[in-house]
Amino acid sequence: MVDPLDLALTNLGSPIILSFALGLFAALAKSDLSFPEAIAKGLSIYLLFAIGFKGGVAVAAHGMDAQLLAALLVGIAISFLLPLVAFPLLQKLTRLPAVDIAAVAGHYGSISIVTFLAASSLLTANGMEGEGYMVAVAAVMEAPAILTAIWLANRSGRSSAQAGNEFWREILLNGSIVLLLGAFVIGWATGERGLAEIKSFIVDPFKGVLCLFLLDMGLVAGRRLMGSMGLLTRGVAVFGVLMPLVGASIGLAGGLLLGLSLGGVVLLMVLAASASYIAVPAAMRVALPEANPAISLSLALGITFPFNLTVGIPLYLLVASALVGA
Amino acid sequence: MKTHDAKRVEIFIEAVVERQLTNALIDAGVTGYTVLPVSGGNGQSGPWSREGQIGRGSGMVAVVCIVRPERVDELLEAVFAVVEKQIGMVSVSDAAVVRLEKF
Repeated sequence: MVDPLDLALTNLGSPIILSFALGLFAALAKSDLSFPEAIAKGLSIYLLFAIGFKGGVAVAAHGMDAQLLAALLVGIAISFLLPLVAFPLLQKLTRLPAVDIAAVAGHYGSISIVTFLAASSLLTANGMEGEGYMVAVAAVMEAPAILTAIWLANRSGRSSAQAGNEFWREILLNGSIVLLLGAFVIGWATGERGLAEIKSFIVDPFKGVLCLFLLDMGLVAGRRLMGSMGLLTRGVAVFGVLMPLVGASIGLAGGLLLGLSLGGVVLLMVLAASASYIAVPAAMRVALPEANPAISLSLALGITFPFNLTVGIPLYLLVASALVGA
Repeated sequence: MKTHDAKRVEIFIEAVVERQLTNALIDAGVTGYTVLPVSGGNGQSGPWSREGQIGRGSGMVAVVCIVRPERVDELLEAVFAVVEKQIGMVSVSDAAVVRLEKF
């Protein structure tokens, strides 16, 4: 059984969370601290490659089995399902136009790979690593929610969202998916031998790079929050905290159903609780251009991401540790 | 030096539809264009900045092209097919070019 206080302190006192807090503070204090776009992208490329590669190596060591395939299917199903839960919840809490609600629902059905990285890091630090293939589950959970969101928008009659070639290219071949899955396949194909060759590059510096990246995310989240105060009404903000809890509950049910390890259950909860702010916003701009992108981004990045990082992850771990193997 | 009248069409559009726009320009017979990065701004969807961003969902680009005056209407029709629903802005201004045969 995990000690809740220890866990919360470990999480809040970790360099990763403190780096995020520094970025958030700098943004809210209106400091001129900033990361050039190219460096931020470079950091994200490194992290996606590293996490994908390590996930592939773990699968190579573990081998393909029915549980992996079942986890992928459950991940896809959760991503399809979450917008159907988010849509009526947001309708109850706000008076946003249907197309904006559908767009937000799409973001919340998809995942935040940065939250996943932070959770993986906390689990590893506590000796509770999840299944290596959870990286692949994360990748397949990016896109299905976007399709549900388009269906919801079209059903509302306020949008003529279409899934043309550009849309499919955006959701299936966006850079983060290609990199994550590509690195996963390389890690899978080369296994421990491949990892030994590049370990000094993708394992040892990983946490330091993650700290810098979280510092940048803190800056981006803080500035996004300050720039969108008018958009984030009470109902919208409540949704930003409530929906992760709903998502985590669905992820928990999925993880228990699959019989995942404690780490695996927590990672599935985190994936279901998080909202995308990298891949989905671009796809939504192509598919639902009428939707106001500031609402989805501010909510996902300004409220849900900090919530998951500081409160959500330890909470999900606590709940999962009480249920897994019980 | 002798110069010739031309039109400068400047399009600010979401980075995510840059390829759609440039494809539309090529289909409309525009022989050349330049894509410029935009570092930030403020509009109906609020302020934004490219600093620290890793996704393309909230970024903008500027696409500039110079055309002969008689080709502006055709170009704008092609451009509006892409720009109409997106966040963006199109402006047309007078310009002067030295080598008219290039446009």
